[in-house]
Amino acid sequence: MPLPDLMLILPLILGIAAAMLVACLKPASAAPVGAATAAVSFVIYLGLAGGDPASASFWAVPSLDIAGGLRLDGLAALFALLITGIGTLVLLYAGSYLKGDPRLTRLIVLLLVFMVAMLGSVTANDVITLFIFWELTSLTSFFLVAYDHEKLEARKAALQALLITGGGGLALLAGLILVAIAAGTTSLTGIIAAREAVLAHPAAVPAMLLVILGAFTKSAQFPFHFWLPNAMAAPTPVSAYLHSATMVKLGIYLLARFNPVYGSEALWQDLLTWTGLLTALTGAVLAFRETDLKRVLAYTTVTALGTLTMLLGLAPELSAMAAVTFLTVHALYKAALFLTAGILDHETGTRDASALGGLRGVMPWTAAAAVLAALSMAGLPPFLGFVGKEIVYEAAVAADGGAGLVVLGAFLVNTAGVAIAGLLGWRIFFGARPKTPKAPHDPPIAMLAGPVVLASLGLLAGLAPSLLGGWLLDGAAAAILGFPPTTYLALWHGFTPILALSAVTVLLGAVLTLLWPRLMRGLQATRRLDRFGPANGYEAALAGIIRTADATTAAVQHGSLRGYMQVLLLVAALGPLAVLVARGGIAWPADAVLDPRALAFGLIAAGAVATAVAIGTFAAVMALGLVGFGAAVVFLTFGAPDVALTQFTVEVLLVVMLATVLIRLPIHGRDSRTTRQRTGDAGIAVVAGASVTLLLLAVLASPFDPRLGVWFGENSMPGGYGQNVVNVILVDFRALDTLGEIAVLAIAAFAVIALLRGAARPLRRGN
Amino acid sequence: METLLALSIGVLVAAAAYLLLARDLPRVLLGFVLLGNAANLTIFAAGRIGTMTPPLVEYGATALAAGAANPLPQALVLTAIVIGFGLAAFALVLVMRAYAEFGSAQAEDMDAAEGPDEPVSPAPDQDPVPAQREAA
Repeated sequence: MPLPDLMLILPLILGIAAAMLVACLKPASAAPVGAATAAVSFVIYLGLAGGDPASASFWAVPSLDIAGGLRLDGLAALFALLITGIGTLVLLYAGSYLKGDPRLTRLIVLLLVFMVAMLGSVTANDVITLFIFWELTSLTSFFLVAYDHEKLEARKAALQALLITGGGGLALLAGLILVAIAAGTTSLTGIIAAREAVLAHPAAVPAMLLVILGAFTKSAQFPFHFWLPNAMAAPTPVSAYLHSATMVKLGIYLLARFNPVYGSEALWQDLLTWTGLLTALTGAVLAFRETDLKRVLAYTTVTALGTLTMLLGLAPELSAMAAVTFLTVHALYKAALFLTAGILDHETGTRDASALGGLRGVMPWTAAAAVLAALSMAGLPPFLGFVGKEIVYEAAVAADGGAGLVVLGAFLVNTAGVAIAGLLGWRIFFGARPKTPKAPHDPPIAMLAGPVVLASLGLLAGLAPSLLGGWLLDGAAAAILGFPPTTYLALWHGFTPILALSAVTVLLGAVLTLLWPRLMRGLQATRRLDRFGPANGYEAALAGIIRTADATTAAVQHGSLRGYMQVLLLVAALGPLAVLVARGGIAWPADAVLDPRALAFGLIAAGAVATAVAIGTFAAVMALGLVGFGAAVVFLTFGAPDVALTQFTVEVLLVVMLATVLIRLPIHGRDSRTTRQRTGDAGIAVVAGASVTLLLLAVLASPFDPRLGVWFGENSMPGGYGQNVVNVILVDFRALDTLGEIAVLAIAAFAVIALLRGAARPLRRGN
Repeated sequence: METLLALSIGVLVAAAAYLLLARDLPRVLLGFVLLGNAANLTIFAAGRIGTMTPPLVEYGATALAAGAANPLPQALVLTAIVIGFGLAAFALVLVMRAYAEFGSAQAEDMDAAEGPDEPVSPAPDQDPVPAQREAA
């Protein structure tokens, strides 16, 4: 394998190896090893990024025409760098944040597995590999959200996240398979190349909708947005890593990946634009009514994901660049702010925004990082956030069709962003300092490193955006567009209307920051509307499934023997009958000849009816004997003397046995069914009898194949040296069957003895 | 002839089904035995009937004469009769034993598997004797 190919898969191998190693280590050394692994992977991707797309095949299923492999283009490189870079800082942070927690090792192992799953998802070059790693991220997310599994809240949130992203994953699988069938290949590059075929396929629209559904559930788009704030039950490092910086962006990644295929479809553009905008606005409004810092951040993440989806729906030329820039901006400042929120929680004992303030003096480093990140979030120059916001506005203004609404929406979303940034960067660290549960001070360097590095990167990249653009973002945008972008990133665009829009955004946002406590309390009233929200729909659906399962169980497993019997008999009778009628198989054998032997048939029928309607048990047993003797007469008169002899013997034994035992049971013999029940049962009985008769007649009317009988007749003498062919069959040709039959009888005899012994000293139940 | 046999087998099955649906186990047992008889006769009839000549190779001959009965269904039915007898005997003792345990020969009274201390999840207030509800 050539070296560059090896480099593509090396981070995945390293991650798995590290996960296994960490599992054997002491908790104290788990986090550093994990962080070092992520850092090495980061360096590998750093070396690969910026170059031409590299791809390599590592596995294949030739019989299914699947060639699995990895490919690193601009988009994959951007994601891979974010995953490993933020991963390094988060793993380092986690070791300090959860110091002394005996479950730390498990957390680090899961985070490493998650990192590998993410890297596999974004570097996969075929839809099967992509899907497998995609699902693995959902699974690891489940375990990470349920980290505090003794808490009901965490378990519920984990299940919710799993069901929603897992359900979306199923939709995605179906969509990817449809796309792969249409394109004739599972390779992503092949699918993009076969764009025309994918769009021309009859199932093109369902396939596209299924892929979108997968992306929307993963990236928490309306109406699936509610799982993301609930997933904040996870420890803060997990929230920062999975639920803001990386995993929730996997849906965005998928949309971006499929943009070259669907980008110019009107349905794709409309669905993405308007769902994205709706999600962004929903998140922005809901963020204001929360006081828990993590939930505030979660809703702003929903907003950012909505903005990204919207951008991918706009005319691609400009929006692709805007999307990758905003994605990078958001990953940097949001991870930093999440980690800061974790520090605040850790050091002050609370993460209630309304109970925090004036912490600048006691936590200077934390404050600095938070302020830098918040300034980037607010989109002030010279931060990368400013560049991101400018280009988002540019894309919104340039968008054709309903542009007024898109610009207005973008304006509202950005204003809310500024206001929340003000809350996180200003209100908490400046002004009066209320008393907190713990005396706060700056955390150790391992925890501080994450926010400080990420926030500084936002500043540095903002100072030289063209450097970042030319090296990384151009390539990523090119992967979304399918051709190199013509726009370039710049900090200063001159005095343009967009700059004025930015200025108004910041001013209005600052006003909202000042009004935050009032706004937050005012919005509490909207909680009454929550029961109409999709979260309640999820609860109702879940409860509905359980109710339906209960009802089904109660209906199917009702415990009544009669009920089971009725269903069994009707299915056994009507099933074959329906097939017989449907296939036109109803037929009568042509036999006009009658002779006295037919009298025995009458004996059987009469005995059967008498058994059924007999009032006492004893009479019924006698009538039963009549049926047996009738059958014996039939066997005797139709050339089967051996069978007749056996039947006579068995029937005598059976009647004696039944009569002896049933008379010993002191039960009155009357049938205990009501008249109505008996009428119903008689109906079922007639259907069963008619079905058997019609089936048997159809069999008898069809031509008979006598080969087996003839073969036994011919081979009985030469092969078995016996004149009685029936005997030869039983003890020679089918001797093993007969042995089995004897064994069955012996076992039945033993069981009877055991039961009779038990009956002699009955075991009464306790109550 | 065959039509008549098929009809009487149909009556036999109907009687068996009617008894199998009964609430008391001795009747269910009788229905079970009747169903066994019906099955035996069906196998026998499906091998075609008509001749009275048993499937015996004549002395000195090496093969069965053309007019003899079909030996294969006879062999199958022979086995089935004996197995059916064993099964009926076992079922009979089971009914006896159940009566000794529960003091009743009605299927609905045999609820040992659904013990009182075991929580019945879907509807604990549901009546444990469905047939009584049905009768009402």
